[in-house]
Parts: sequence; C-alpha cells; structure tokens
Amino acid sequence: MTVDQASKRSLQLTADGQLRHFLTLDGLDRALLTDILDTADSFIEVGERTIKKVPLLRGRTVVNLFFESSTRTRSTFELAAKRLSADVLNLDISTSATSKGESLSDTLLNLEAMASDMFVVRHSQSGAPHFIAESVTPGVAIINAGDGRHAHPTQAMLDMLTIRQHKGGFEGLKVAIVGDVLHSRVARSQIRALNELGAAEVRVIAPGTLLPRDVESLGCSVEYDMQKGMKDLDVVIMLRLQKERMEGALLPSEREFYRLYGLSRDKLALAHPECIVMHPGPINRGVEIESAVADGPQSVILNQVTNGIAIRMAVMSMAMGGQVSERNQKQTGREQA
Amino acid sequence: MTALLDMNRLLDELEAGLRNIMADRGVTSPALIGIRTGGVWLADVMRKRLGLEEPYGELDISFYRDDFSRIGLNPKVKPSSLPFSTEDRDIILIDDVIMSGRTIRAAMNEIFDYGRPASIILATLIDLGARELPIQPDVTGKVLALESHQRVKLRGPDPLHIELQETGQ
Repeated sequence: MTVDQASKRSLQLTADGQLRHFLTLDGLDRALLTDILDTADSFIEVGERTIKKVPLLRGRTVVNLFFESSTRTRSTFELAAKRLSADVLNLDISTSATSKGESLSDTLLNLEAMASDMFVVRHSQSGAPHFIAESVTPGVAIINAGDGRHAHPTQAMLDMLTIRQHKGGFEGLKVAIVGDVLHSRVARSQIRALNELGAAEVRVIAPGTLLPRDVESLGCSVEYDMQKGMKDLDVVIMLRLQKERMEGALLPSEREFYRLYGLSRDKLALAHPECIVMHPGPINRGVEIESAVADGPQSVILNQVTNGIAIRMAVMSMAMGGQVSERNQKQTGREQA
Repeated sequence: MTALLDMNRLLDELEAGLRNIMADRGVTSPALIGIRTGGVWLADVMRKRLGLEEPYGELDISFYRDDFSRIGLNPKVKPSSLPFSTEDRDIILIDDVIMSGRTIRAAMNEIFDYGRPASIILATLIDLGARELPIQPDVTGKVLALESHQRVKLRGPDPLHIELQETGQ
C-alpha cells in the first residue's frame, strides 16, 4: 500500500478498522468492500418488506449537501437515510448561503452546530469531501456522493453489488467500461473496485480524446476499437456522455460517437451471450446506448437504481456505527484516565 | 454440567411445552421463526418434531438492536428471511438462550415490520434469568442459574450441544 493509500485508509477507518467516513475506495481492502456488499444484501431484503424501514439511525440527522445538482443520487441518498429512520435535511448549497458570501467552512460549522451527524457531500471540486472530513468537521461522518473527476464510491459499490447479484462473484470476470472515461468519476471508482474484488480483466473502451493520460496506471487495459473490445465480455458498463462537461472539440459529433462507441444490439452480440449491460444513468438514448439494449433482457440498469438505495443504507449505517463506537471509546478512555 | 444439559431432554421439554401451550391456546398451524444463529437450528428441529409442513423463518436482529449507539453495526449481518406473511398468523418465536430480554424485544419489533401477527409464543431452550426487560418465555427447556463469570452458548447444528464458557472474571 502506498503512503497515499495508507493515509486515505486511516482517514476513513477507526483504529479498529470500522468505516467512519466514506470518501474513496482507495485504501479500502477486499474484506471491507465485501462487508459493504454483504450488509447491502440485508438491506435489499428490508426494501422488499411492507414496512421498508429499520430503526438504526433513529434520532440522527443526515444533511444532504449538494454543491452540484443531481436528482437520482440525491433522492436515493434521501430515501436511504429515511429508511434508516434518520431525519434528513436537503440543502442545495448553490442557491443558498454561499451566494450570500458565507465560506464553505462557516456553512459546515453552522450545520455541525445544529447537531448534524452525517454530511452527504457532492461537489464539483475533487477532494472537497476529503477536505471536510480531515479539516472542517471530523466528528461528522462524511459520505462522498461524487467529487469532481475524482470519485463516486457509492455508485461504484452499487455497480459491484449488481454484478455480484447477476454473476455470483468477480472471479474470472471480464468487464469493460465504455465511453467518456476522461470526465467520469464513476469510472475511476469502478476500476479500483473491480481490481480489488478480483475481476480477471478490466478494459476501458473509448476514443483517445476521452481517456485520461496514463489511464492504464489505474489498473485497466485500453481498447480504441469497440468491435474488438466487446469480445468475451461478461459485463459492459456504459458511461454517460457528459455533454455539460464537454469543453472544446473532443468529439466530431454525437452521431459519430454513437456509430463508433454507442452500445447497439449488433455490438452487444459480440460479447458473451450472458453479458449484462449497465449504465449509471441518466441515459442518453441513441447517444451512448440504443433503446432496445437499454430496455432489453440483458439490461440491469433499473436493478442498479434499486441497489443504490441498499448500498447507501449500508455505507451510511456502517459509517455512523464507526463514528459512534469511536466516540464511545474516546469517552471511556477519558473516564479511565 | 453435561449431565444436567442432555440435549435430547432439553428438546423433549421444549417440544412438550410447545404442544401444551398450542393446545391451550387453540393454535393449530403456527409459523415458526428462529433468531439467528442458535434459534434457527432449534426452529429446524421443532418444525420436524411438531410435524409442520411450512418452512421456518430466520430473523437477523442486527438492524433492530438497542446498542447501535454504543457498539455500531454488526459487521456480519445477514438478510432476514420470512417465507410467509406474519399478518394475522400465530407465531412461535424461538431462541437458544434468554437473558436480558433485549434480543426478544428487537425480534418482536422486526416481526411487526412484516405485518401484525395474531399472537406470538416465545420458546427458549435455556433461561438464564438476569432479565432487564419485562419479557418472559412461554416455554423453556431448562432454567439455569449460572455464576456471574459463566455463559452458555448453543453450538451446532450437527450435533446440537451446549457449551459452557468461563469468562475469566
């Protein structure tokens, strides 16, 4: 483990190895990732009951801090917190205090003073949740709901849960991530998770202009030709073409992109016949994926959404558990001293 | 100790007690629910002994424990599985050992999230006393008084046996 990985591990975990913040998958080992998936399995069962609620976070306050807009991620986090019986506050920061000139730190300290127990943070700057956990409010559990181009760890974990459900495990799996890897925080987290959990091969398939420099160093192979790249795949993960982040002429046209890198029925036919199709949403039909594929029998896109709630319940309850047990240990330490 | 805790005799007691109370209350087709892990093994045994057709349910009470704010989440939680609706059913809830009563409180809260049962009968193999909540088993295999440093644990499932543990305090 590198020094960087070790520091990320120690920020995210308590002294006895429990999760207390969830910022990135860097520094988290296979055992912990598997614990998250197992815990999420139990929450899936809760989601199938008449009363889809457990009392774990009763009396705790979770604040959704979205510095960048998002519908699906925010609503699944909100639903996850409510199913854990927490009180939830949704703050759309882009339209509130910061526009009156209050600094990020001041906003957060105010929220902490309202006895918040957890911040779910989405921010356009890479590293913002990390900064908050390290320097601003270390006693509040911080969950990263996507930061810049850096990471989106709950999305990656819900994808892992979906893969495990359909494939039984990760051993021997060949997985491709297709499309706009350059602007994707999801792709980075997915590559990390797939490698840690033991997938046989992770490929990225994209034009050179949509790949970050040194992409192989993340732990994947690169294929520019999708026809070749689809061969033998067990899982294909399509990325959304991030139109709003597209600066400069990275692509000739959407139509050209679809012809080369869109997932059509023809291209899917080149993969393993039981290959599953995933997409983090929202889908651009006809831009990165054909409607017949998105709605077809190999698509598990809506399972991903359902699993998103369970994964978020797992991560939130584990991080809150780590925070409370750490607080108790400190208290006992003080009493004994 | 081993002589006191002949497993077959304990199970005979439990079965006889269950048959009695079912007859008393007119319960003919109860739904069995075992609390993980020991209670599930016992539910399996009692289902066969009582000749019940329906599969038993398994409860993992980790999400309902009252000590989350002290020790956090149990990392080894498994999904509960109730292969029937609890709505209006007569339920037999089984656990291996009852002591404080907190596990049973958590289990009953969880059961109610699946629906409103008509009744619940509580059966425990061993009752250690030391209750902290007003919850008592309807049927029990044996009441045991242990020294404060002693604990018992059901091991199994094949064969089921009771292990006496010394906590060394």
